[in-house]
Parts: sequence; C-alpha cells; structure tokens
Amino acid sequence: MNLSPEKALAIATLARLEITPDQAAVLAAQMDDILGYMGKLNELDTASVEPMYTPVDQAGMLRPDEVRKESTRADILRNAPESDGEYFIVPRIV
Amino acid sequence: MSQIHCLSLTQVRDLLRTRELSARECTAACLDRIARTDPTLDALLHVAGDEILREAGLLDTAGPDPSRPLWGVPITVKDVLATKGMPTTCGSRILENFVPVYDAHCVAKLREAGAIILGKANMDEFAMGSSTENSAFKTTKNPWNTSHVPGGSSGGSAASVAAGQCFASIGTDTGGSIRQPASFCGIVGLKPTYGRVSRRGLVAYGSSLDQAGPMTRTVRDAAEVLQVIAGHDPKDSTSVNVPVPDYVGVLGQRESLAGLRLGLPEEYWGKGLTPEVEQACRTAVDLAAGLGAEIVPVSLPHTEYAIATYYILAMAEASSNLARFDGVRYGRRSPHVQDLASMYTKSRSEGFGEEVMRRIMLGTYVLSAGYYDAYYKKAAQVRRLIRQDYLRALEKCDLICGPASPTTAFAIGQNTADPLQMYLTDIFTISLNLSGLPGLSLPVGLGRDSNLPVGLQLFGGSMDEVRMLQVAATLEAALPQLPAPPLP
Repeated sequence: MNLSPEKALAIATLARLEITPDQAAVLAAQMDDILGYMGKLNELDTASVEPMYTPVDQAGMLRPDEVRKESTRADILRNAPESDGEYFIVPRIV
Repeated sequence: MSQIHCLSLTQVRDLLRTRELSARECTAACLDRIARTDPTLDALLHVAGDEILREAGLLDTAGPDPSRPLWGVPITVKDVLATKGMPTTCGSRILENFVPVYDAHCVAKLREAGAIILGKANMDEFAMGSSTENSAFKTTKNPWNTSHVPGGSSGGSAASVAAGQCFASIGTDTGGSIRQPASFCGIVGLKPTYGRVSRRGLVAYGSSLDQAGPMTRTVRDAAEVLQVIAGHDPKDSTSVNVPVPDYVGVLGQRESLAGLRLGLPEEYWGKGLTPEVEQACRTAVDLAAGLGAEIVPVSLPHTEYAIATYYILAMAEASSNLARFDGVRYGRRSPHVQDLASMYTKSRSEGFGEEVMRRIMLGTYVLSAGYYDAYYKKAAQVRRLIRQDYLRALEKCDLICGPASPTTAFAIGQNTADPLQMYLTDIFTISLNLSGLPGLSLPVGLGRDSNLPVGLQLFGGSMDEVRMLQVAATLEAALPQLPAPPLP
C-alpha cells in the first residue's frame, strides 16, 4: 500500500489532531510501514472465525443504576481548565 | 537499621508488625533511598512529601493492625493509576496538572491494607511504549546499567523496586508492560488474568487488554500484593466475580515440581533469541526438570501474527479511549484557542507526544469506514485463534514457559528511530494479553554477555495464578539469588 501525506492529514483531522505538512510526510511513511506489516494477517483465512472483542466470558455484568454521591461539584471542577464554579466553560458554540 | 532497602516486602512487614521497625522509620528510609538514587534513575514522577511521614506516624500511634496485611509498607504506583489528591499524569503533558478526586480501586485496596503510597512511577506516555523513553517528562534508567532502558511501559515501577526505593510497585500490562520491565530490571512481575483486578481508575489505553498487577523483589511479595488488590469490583463491568484464593498460604508447599507439566512453545525458543537469554532461560528450565517437572513441547502456531493483531486492536481502542482528552473537563487546554474545534485540536496536539499521536492516528485509520473489516474485525478474529492456541497448549501442560524478551535491556536510544522495530521487541509478551490469561516474569540470572538480568515467563490457565506463584516460588528458591544492582 501507499499512504499519502494528504491521507495522513485527513486522518489527523478525523482524530482531532493538528499536524504540519512535514509531520504528515514522516507519519505517512511510518504508518505505511506499520500498516504494511499488519497486512500479514491476510495470510490467514478467518472466514469462519467469530471475532473476539474481550477475553472475559461474562463481560458486561451490570449493577443497579443507583445514584451515589461520591464527589462534590467543587472537587470535579477543580481539574477543569475553565469553569465558573457551576459549569465547565468552553468557547462560544452558537 | 541502615539496610532497610535490601529487605523484601514480607520481611519489612514482619518487622513493622512486631514493632522492631516503626512505620515512620520505614517510610523515612524509603524517602532517603529515593533522594539518593532517583537523581540518577528518574524512576519517579512524583514523590509524596511530609504528609506521608505524618501518615506513618499516625499508624505508629495506633499500633500495628494484623488484619491489614501491608500495614506501614511503602509502595509506589505507576502514574496511570488514579491516586486521590496526588498528581496522575500518565507520563503526558496533557495531564500535567491533573489531580484525581478518587483512588483507583487497587490503590484504595492498598490503602485499606495499610500501605503507604510513596509516589508515582514514570512510564511511557499513556503506557504506549516498551522502554519508558516515551515519557513526556524524563527517561528512566536501568539500575543495573544506567545507559540502558528499564523496559516499559512500567519502567519507573520496575526501576523503583529494583533500586530499593519501595517494597512493591503496581504496574499495568497491556502488551507486556509489567513483565518486560520486570525482566529487564531483575524483579518479579505478575500480570493477573484479565478481570482479576479491577481496572477502575486505571486510565484506559487498550480496555480489553489492560490489567494492573504487582512488581516486587520476590514471588512471595507478589502473592502478598495480589492478595490485596484482586477481587470483584461492582464498578468495573469487566471485573470477574469469582472468589479470590489464598495466594500466600499455598507458597512453600511445593519443594519438588513432580507432577508438573511445563510446556515449552517452539515459537519462543528459536529464531531471534539472543544466546545469553536462551542460556539463562534454558538453565532455569533444566533446574525445573531437575526438580521433577516434566518438560513438554507445545506450539503456539499463531505467535508470528500476535504483534500485528495486538497493535491493530490496541491502537483502535486507544484512539477511542483517548478521545476523552479534549481540554474541557480536565487536562491541558491550549492557550491558542479561537473556537471549539480549534480548542480540541490544539489542546490535543500540544498535549500528546509523538508516539501517542501515531497510535491514535493508526487507530482512527483502522476503525474508519472501508478499513474496519480489513483491520479491526480481522484482528479480532485472529485474536480468537491466538487464544485457542493457548487453550490447546494448556491441555498438554499445566504452565507454559518461555523467555520474557528476546534480549536483555537495550541501550537508551537504540530503538527510538523506528517505531516498528520497537514494536517487534514485544514478541514474547504481547500475545498473552490478547488471550486474557495470566503471566509472571521471574528473574533467572544475569546474561553472560551484557551482565543484565534475564526474565523467564510462566503462563497459566485462566485464574490459575495460584499454580504460577507456587511454581515460581519453588524455582526462585532453587535458583542462585541475583546480586543487588550496582547502585550507591
């Protein structure tokens, strides 16, 4: 395969990352190398194999949806880059 | 008692219990050891201050509590685990000022057991790496030779335990990040069965692969720590609700290995293995045979596909997990923000390091429309084949055994230019995480050429940590003890 720097820029946009054209050229070459290596999996016929997304047989064990107050609003907002003491503040959207 | 740092966790715990050593003296000795060794090693990102001496003093005032198995024992924690009121950076600029409001489940269990959290250990950023060179803050050095890496991603934890800064550390293992640094630094590292230890408060990298576990100087110490941190957590839906067996009580019951079938996968004992690693590991296997173990050839035929499978799945999970770092609720926000979209992109691009960006982009690519089936689904299918390999091999043997890494610790800078080359160093640790099964790395000696530690891995069946620990303890007792690393 041949992953172009333009494609690397497009992937960065999807991932909400900003890269320079120089970085795009380097990343495209590295990603091409790595994805080429991953192509090795095509040697295997997996048509009849069920995908395995978790190693736990009983995954997704749920508990009752009960509200428990374990942290205060002030505690949680303390880590926010910007807040007014009540809410997280972000740049104006509309 | 000037040589406190040379004692094992179990030894120090017993001295604390009988009041031959106070918790305050013990904590002060660790802080002193950190002050003497960390300027060289850079193992820790954060060291607690006087507050832990006060905490230790309060324990002394209340007196030893035999119901708390780690009473007064100083421990470090990899900086990917949330610690209430103590910075948790994941080795990343994006979380440079983050202070969690809750403890990870395993950290809370350590505190309940009486442990003192000394500080946070350096790591590859978001656990993405095999050498700790991807930390945004500093590169940890190997205590055995400071021009070499300690391994990774839990390299800070491994160096900290090997250097005697603490009596145990909690690492995390997504593709070998406990076992490989343990082998590079000459300590014991145990990755429990996926689901055995809660992942709550473990900042997620590859959610279906991540597992926290003990890194210690002896097998018994690993059992002591696992005993405390294992168990069901209702707040982690992948934490398995099965009883926790007695890991400590069963140790020392097995002097002979008669009746044990030890499986040697042919794929782990051939091509790519350096002669010094092969020699040290073969010597340990011969020793096991001498103790009565039956050595059985087994095969893990999909081993050569494990690295590709692992990196597709881990990067896909990472791209999704790391979407939460957006500069809104916690972490760094770029000062160069014009609107909401630029806040996301600039905060992330300025906050993440190169390897993290690369993995997020690869993960985004393999999950994108048109590629999902070819990469992500395909890898998930091969993952099942890899797990089946293990289960089939374990029908022929009780434990699987192989080297932890093809080489001893490599030099700092040796593998940084080519990311794919760095990924390939994980060949012997990575497939275990895909299977979810438990593994332990045991130091078996020093390499004859490099004079650096070599680790031998034992892999067990699901939830069979008991047998793994028992056999590792028997081997440990029969092997010559490693000298202390050459530190001041």
